[in-house]
Amino acid sequence: MTKTVTDVICPFCGTLCDDLEVVVSDDNKQLLEVYNACAIGAEKFLHSQAKDRITRPRMRQEDGSWKEISYDEAIEYTAKMLADAKKPLMYGWSSTNCEAQSVGSEIGEAVGAVMDNTATVCHGTSLIAVQDIGIPSCTLGEVKNRADRILFWGCNPAHAHPRHMSRYSIFPRGFFTGKGHASRKVIVVDPRPTDTASIADVHLQIEQGRDYELLDALRVAFKGEKLPDVVAGIPKAKIYEVAETLKSGRFAIIFFGMGVTQSIGKNHNIDAAIAVTRDLNEYTKAAIMPMRGHYNVTGSGQVWGWLFGFPYAVDLSRGFARYNPGETTSNDLLRRDEVDAVFVLGSDPGAHFPFSSVKKIYDLPSVAIDPHETPTTEVCKVHVPVAFVGVEIGGCAYRMDNVPIETRKVVDAPEGMMTDEEFLTHVLARVKELKGV
Amino acid sequence: METVTLTIKNQPGLYLEADTITPDAFAGKKAEEIVDLPVYVGREQHRLGDFFDVSGKAGATPAETKIVVGGDLSRVKRIGQQMTGGEIVVNSNTDMYVGAWMQGGKITVNGNVDAFAGTGMKGGEITVTGNAGNYLGAAYRGDWRGMAGGKISVAGNAGSDLGTFMNGGEIVVGGDVDVHVATHAEGGKIVIKGNAKSRLGGQMVEGEIYVFGNIDVMMPGFAYREDVDIEVNGTKGRFALYEGDLGERHRKRKGQKIYGKLYQLVKA
Repeated sequence: MTKTVTDVICPFCGTLCDDLEVVVSDDNKQLLEVYNACAIGAEKFLHSQAKDRITRPRMRQEDGSWKEISYDEAIEYTAKMLADAKKPLMYGWSSTNCEAQSVGSEIGEAVGAVMDNTATVCHGTSLIAVQDIGIPSCTLGEVKNRADRILFWGCNPAHAHPRHMSRYSIFPRGFFTGKGHASRKVIVVDPRPTDTASIADVHLQIEQGRDYELLDALRVAFKGEKLPDVVAGIPKAKIYEVAETLKSGRFAIIFFGMGVTQSIGKNHNIDAAIAVTRDLNEYTKAAIMPMRGHYNVTGSGQVWGWLFGFPYAVDLSRGFARYNPGETTSNDLLRRDEVDAVFVLGSDPGAHFPFSSVKKIYDLPSVAIDPHETPTTEVCKVHVPVAFVGVEIGGCAYRMDNVPIETRKVVDAPEGMMTDEEFLTHVLARVKELKGV
Repeated sequence: METVTLTIKNQPGLYLEADTITPDAFAGKKAEEIVDLPVYVGREQHRLGDFFDVSGKAGATPAETKIVVGGDLSRVKRIGQQMTGGEIVVNSNTDMYVGAWMQGGKITVNGNVDAFAGTGMKGGEITVTGNAGNYLGAAYRGDWRGMAGGKISVAGNAGSDLGTFMNGGEIVVGGDVDVHVATHAEGGKIVIKGNAKSRLGGQMVEGEIYVFGNIDVMMPGFAYREDVDIEVNGTKGRFALYEGDLGERHRKRKGQKIYGKLYQLVKA
């Protein structure tokens, strides 16, 4: 027999959908079916049932092959590597719960590590902009119930956050948005004709890398000042029209993604987008929100925010927290040879970092803690498989709008597997022994 | 003025944080005391003497102290950080934060400097004979009070984010610059003798930018006003004056809005 678990939280993207239904066997050993999730979310749940799943830690041998080791041996290797290093990098943290992030932070503090999360190649630049000029934001609930002007800038939720549009931004019928899609005007700014752009009322097909200029042009247009004939490939008449559309709404929301955070200008693009939002509040209500990727990257920023005062790229090597993206960010550290050991948890730099950085990970003592086999586990010396957070263990995660949601356990992890938090707790205890604290 | 000579003898495994290489830390000390000053490699504290040969002696005050640093310093950070007086001569390329939060005195680098040189600078002078990295004379992260005074001269090129949140002082770049110049500036003067790419004066409130070469893309928030004949750092010429950023907030003085000013040399 089977049973259905309702109101399950999806631990895939920052949308953190909370309406999934999962069918599991009566003994909680097998996960059979997933309903309501998008294709990516469903695959994450089902992948926990893979027959070829790695369930014990492995250590790389001289000849490149793996040798199975015990969790105790993996704890010893990890603790020793971190305690011996002068400046270890502890990277990742975005696909795990806040409880594990918190224990990891204690380890970082004990060994003088640089703590960095996936924001470093993602929305870290947004965080810099927020520090520079603040952010008028809101929750996704407010978007659903109030927003009638939706602007997607450099993001493509149709593929990256598949249920975002149906749950919050374009289609849902909210309290003040009873007509759903019909009550909203959707604007997409993207150099490519994406699937999101195809359902927009207006698609501004901007010249690549000219986002800052177009955002500035919108601010000029709001103030009724003169514009050049064409900005970023968009005729000025169109810019004045879009500015008017945004001003005439009751509630405007700007969602933005990698297209602006990681293209030329980076934090300045977001800085300008926040300034656009702030200007719009002179005429109507407006808010802006980053489309956070990993389901709990927002949470790791929250945890470090309250522990260290900085949301990512926190250098603890001198015993106090320092932060300066460009110096204390993972890729800069790796490529400049500033770190001498690499610890990765809940992320896949092997797949997402430049090759020059990945090569450094390969050359250094390195540990990857990840339920999956990934390009990162392929370049690390030790791979520690763990239970899936949000599937086999619960814990706190923060949605992209900074709303904390408690994820749920729906199925048992394979016999004898540790969770992130358990593994880290053991490492912390061993690090404290080695350091004599 | 007394002179202390430092010559690097051991390269650090990682990078060396040497914010003690300042006339302020050296003042009143003999060579045998200077070697005991702390420097850091990652979480480990070392003595300055573990990495440098030290000779000579410092003056009684920072203003009477000159430091000459030699050898390959490309893995040494924070030389001259927070110095208030005296002089440092660096005869090598060197890494980040040269003269960051500097308040007075003079630094000469005979080579290149990496990013964040002159961060949050308040006074004094930095001269670089080579190139500078990104964030030259910019504000520290999250600080809306950037460079407030002093002068930075770079003979070669500079990177991106030059003079972000600049409030005062002067930056002169002999060569070309990368994107984002004087973003959010509320004062100060930047002279670029070579070419600029784009995003000059974005979100600029006040201040002056002079460009002798080309600008690839002008910000839409800058409007052409008039041609003016002026002299800039010894170069007389006709400059096209643009004002902006029109999208940004601006103060009024005697009923007139004050804008950031961008001057571009008009080619004959």
